Amino acid sequence: MIEFRTVTKKFPDGTVAVDELSLVLPARQTTVLVGSSGSGKTTILRMINRMVEKTSGDIEIDGEDIHALNPVKLRRSIGYVMQNSGLLPHRKVIDNVTTVPVLNGVKKAEAREAALTLLDTVGLDRSLAERYPSQLSGGQQQRVGVARGLAADPNILLMDEPFGAVDPIVRSELQQELIRIQRDLGKTIVFVTHDIDEAFLLGDQVVLLEKGGRIAQQGTPAEILSKPASDFVATFIGADRGRRALRVEVVNGRNVVVDEDGRPTGVLQS
Amino acid sequence: MNWVINNLGLIWSLTLDHVALAVPPIILGFIISIPIGWVANRFHASRGVLLTISGLLYTVPSLPLFIALPAILGTGILDPINVVVGLTIYAVALMVRSVADALAAVDAGVRQAATAMGYSAWQRFWRVEFPLAGPVLLAGLRVVSVSTVSLVSIGSVIGVSSLGYLFLNGLQRNIIEEVASGIVATLLIAVVFDLLLVLAGRVLLPWAKADPTAKRAWRKTVETAIAGASAGGSVVDDPAVSDPSMAGR
Repeated sequence: MIEFRTVTKKFPDGTVAVDELSLVLPARQTTVLVGSSGSGKTTILRMINRMVEKTSGDIEIDGEDIHALNPVKLRRSIGYVMQNSGLLPHRKVIDNVTTVPVLNGVKKAEAREAALTLLDTVGLDRSLAERYPSQLSGGQQQRVGVARGLAADPNILLMDEPFGAVDPIVRSELQQELIRIQRDLGKTIVFVTHDIDEAFLLGDQVVLLEKGGRIAQQGTPAEILSKPASDFVATFIGADRGRRALRVEVVNGRNVVVDEDGRPTGVLQS
Repeated sequence: MNWVINNLGLIWSLTLDHVALAVPPIILGFIISIPIGWVANRFHASRGVLLTISGLLYTVPSLPLFIALPAILGTGILDPINVVVGLTIYAVALMVRSVADALAAVDAGVRQAATAMGYSAWQRFWRVEFPLAGPVLLAGLRVVSVSTVSLVSIGSVIGVSSLGYLFLNGLQRNIIEEVASGIVATLLIAVVFDLLLVLAGRVLLPWAKADPTAKRAWRKTVETAIAGASAGGSVVDDPAVSDPSMAGR
């Protein structure tokens, strides 16, 4: 469990990115932080592994104050996956995946063996292990990024818009892959995105953020959809555009679900 | 050709002297430039100052410097150390900018990823930033190598043995072959050094061949570096081109 207690982040230029945030991220669940740019979502994420240091307040992981810990050690115990994969271009795929275990002192041969298994986990062919990142497609690079994030078997996985830079088909594949991995591994995942559909798809809990890291609404996707807390939330999730306001029309004796403009989106199974 | 055949022994021994004088400044210049270039790149305020000073250093005429160094260092006027120190100063003058540019060119995303993985600052520099700066560093080193090999000859004017002797002696005695052999031998050393550096790059930076962005950055830097060196070391620093804090945004 990760807990934020009245955490504020003020940057040297005076911008208050996060203003007195209190938030609990439950263990072994996926919490999605969603908001537009400037909502402080990435800042919140990066305060968890102290890539960004809070200005005031407390952040605890399983009851332990993270500011009492050595930041380098803390980061090695938390998986991190970022946009554009962030792979080290001068190291082969396999060496990228073994980065954190090797930093932790695991023997190279042992780490490599485990890394090959991880390539299987993220759906990558083992033959790619000896390639350099630039020789892989964007989707493959992102899978390597996920494998690297999981390599030290961390309890917590931070994901900063990890699928933001790949095309929609690959993104959808990667999302399904993540759902499958999460079903098997049960990590505490903190996932940042600006895509509300991605948030609803992946999140057990969704935290919708406004400017300054203020929580506009927090809950399961169903809770947020069924009862948007404000106009801002309704606009953000698309309720006001009728995209989420579905109704049923009977066509050829079947119940067809259509949106407000009458565009069919699916068929009800009964 | 007669002169050359009769004096092969002399040419060979002068070539060895030349190489012995050229290698230490290239290596020392590279090593000394790393911390200076790091500081230049790391702090906004130091960048302009350090790059301007190093640029100005390159404009100091070499002959007066070689003559002034014994007085400054307390060495003998004929001591080869004077030449080595002088050439190291020029190597640093050229290389500091390359190091600063090379470090600035390291992708900010990769740097952040390395931090997030749990590299300490020291590990991150040596295992991530420095290797990734490799292609640009190598480009700078190639320019330093050529510049140093050609400048060694000046040492002959103050009596330190190198291929420069062949120009001086050949001109005085009006033996064109002697002058030409000095030029050819100097060129050959420069070419061999360059090939060795390229080879070292192939071995040490195998990833750069696979990475199109690294290749492009490298080619661009070689061009700027050569342009800078032929202009006698560029003094003007254009922050818009190479400001590291802007590159990160």
